[in-house]
Amino acid sequence: MKKVLLALLIVTMVVGGAIGQAKVYKVGVSMPSATHGWMGNANWWAQRAEKDWEARDKAVQIELKFSGNVNQQVADIEDLLVKKVDALVVFPHDTSVTSIVEKAFNAGVYVVVLDRGVSKEGIYDIYITNDDEAYTRKGMEWLAKQMGFKGNLLLITGIPSPIDTIRTDTIKEVVKKYPNIKLLDVQPGDWNRQKSLTVMENYLQKYKQIDAVYTADDDMMLGAMQAYKESGRKDIKLFLGGGCLKSVIKEIMDDSNPLVKADVTYSPSVIATSISYAVIGVKGEKLNPNVYQVRALPRRIILPSELVTRENAKDFYVPEAPF
Amino acid sequence: MSATTAKKIDLEKHGALIALGALFVLASVIGWPYFIRPENLVNVMRQSSYTGIIALGMTFVIISGGIDLSVGAVAAFVASCGVLFMNWVLQAAGGNEVLAILGGVSVMIALGFAAGALNGLLITKGKIVPFIVTLGTMSIFRYLSLQMANAGEFASQSQLYGTFGMSKIFEFKVGDQAISLPIPVFTLLVLAAVLAFLLDNTRYGRYLCAVGSNARVAQYSAVRIDRVRFWAYAINGMCVGTTAALLAARFNTVSTPNFGLGFEMDAIAATIIGGTAMAGGRGSIWGTIIGVFMLQIIQNMLNMAGLSPYLQGVVKGIVIIGSVYIQKQRQ
Repeated sequence: MKKVLLALLIVTMVVGGAIGQAKVYKVGVSMPSATHGWMGNANWWAQRAEKDWEARDKAVQIELKFSGNVNQQVADIEDLLVKKVDALVVFPHDTSVTSIVEKAFNAGVYVVVLDRGVSKEGIYDIYITNDDEAYTRKGMEWLAKQMGFKGNLLLITGIPSPIDTIRTDTIKEVVKKYPNIKLLDVQPGDWNRQKSLTVMENYLQKYKQIDAVYTADDDMMLGAMQAYKESGRKDIKLFLGGGCLKSVIKEIMDDSNPLVKADVTYSPSVIATSISYAVIGVKGEKLNPNVYQVRALPRRIILPSELVTRENAKDFYVPEAPF
Repeated sequence: MSATTAKKIDLEKHGALIALGALFVLASVIGWPYFIRPENLVNVMRQSSYTGIIALGMTFVIISGGIDLSVGAVAAFVASCGVLFMNWVLQAAGGNEVLAILGGVSVMIALGFAAGALNGLLITKGKIVPFIVTLGTMSIFRYLSLQMANAGEFASQSQLYGTFGMSKIFEFKVGDQAISLPIPVFTLLVLAAVLAFLLDNTRYGRYLCAVGSNARVAQYSAVRIDRVRFWAYAINGMCVGTTAALLAARFNTVSTPNFGLGFEMDAIAATIIGGTAMAGGRGSIWGTIIGVFMLQIIQNMLNMAGLSPYLQGVVKGIVIIGSVYIQKQRQ
């Protein structure tokens, strides 16, 4: 008798629950807090995706967690799991999050992992990243062409890391194709404007004839350009950064700075894209009927890096973004 | 007269515990319904325990009148060395994971001791103030690890080590929820019991307080103050090694730029909230444990309530200053 009652109770609850309210999909997002311009933009994009999705779909609840370090990130993910999120979007500080991501995936959470990734296969539903290889290949090819395939080039790189290694190696590979371009020096600027300024000051002391400077990051490009302006020299013709900070895109659009003519996208909106995929994926919906998608979404997604010049700059200008 | 004095001491002794209880109730309300879930409480305890173990050692150092800023960097360094050694043993011993883990963990604790001893020697024999010594070793150990890994990661090749990092003991059931004590929490509590005994019931503990409150008087009383101070840093080093071993197992990898980052601040904050005097001479291990849990509960509660992480940092700062202010008023 008790069992029957219990069963009846469960059935009532399930049916009642199903009729009473539509399923709410909770999406947890964990990412680094804004420590530099690019990540500041990424945080802004996450907030924008949260606002847009919740406005357009009452069945979606998004919770953002920004963390200053990887220990905090793991704690955040644990907290999100206690809150029983249906989907989890993780922009990892580093691959230390692997075991907690695995735990989430095994618990049946729909997992989307970004960029710096996890160190184990098969513990996520989707992996989304920007294209680091194309990012510097497109940039360096453009720069080489602007230099007339000859001259002295200086490089300022980011924090030594797997991502930075891919970027730098790609640049060196492209430069090798053009024997008249001389790569004078490669020093790390740690994706930091002040550090890059110091590196550039040293470069200016050391090298008497410089034609172009490539930093693959707009923050560092602005730092390097500052050092060049202060030096009063007139030899450098081009600076190329990357990542599309608002102010840089504006200059390109208005053609207001003779030293900066192009940029390459490394989209901070990757987090908004990921949140959208998580929502679509956890609801079991499809992207678009025209892609003949049978069931699940694609597992590995690489977002393109695009060259931004005066012609297309307005497509990449986001005036509301913070940086 | 004596009755009121007894009452006062009682309040002082249990004041922190009462505050913790009040905070727990507050957290249950603010973080409703998530905070009070057994799964979450286990998480809170585990999240506390990594910096908590370091805070235990830090309590000794601060009672001695010193400070140790190098703990996070030392954790990164010894964890890197330990994982490398573990992988080497795994190769050499033909895949004997238990041996590799025992070896790796021993290396981490031994190196932690060595790093603490180095700090202790520079402070006692070198006569350099603790802040400067540990500021220096913080830089040395962080950048040594970065150099070793070229700012990358050391991944352990032992699956068992990762399992160990996530493992639990004393499993029992509450309703349909399985509750258990994660290994780091168990380690924290055992270490706390040992160190509390050392501090409260042995000659070394008494000497430590004497050295911290007035080193000259202690010296005239024939206390070998250098030796007492040295051991405070060495014990702290072993605590750091223990945390390194547990945290590396948790991640099963050591990311040299991030591992242990900011641990010194959390450990110092927990120690101070727990009632240890920054000037030295006075403090308690159980107070530190309460400080550790309070910090983590506040953070978890605000996280569950969905407060922005930036404001969480603001609240943390207010709590640190506020709790010391209250302690001062009571004296």
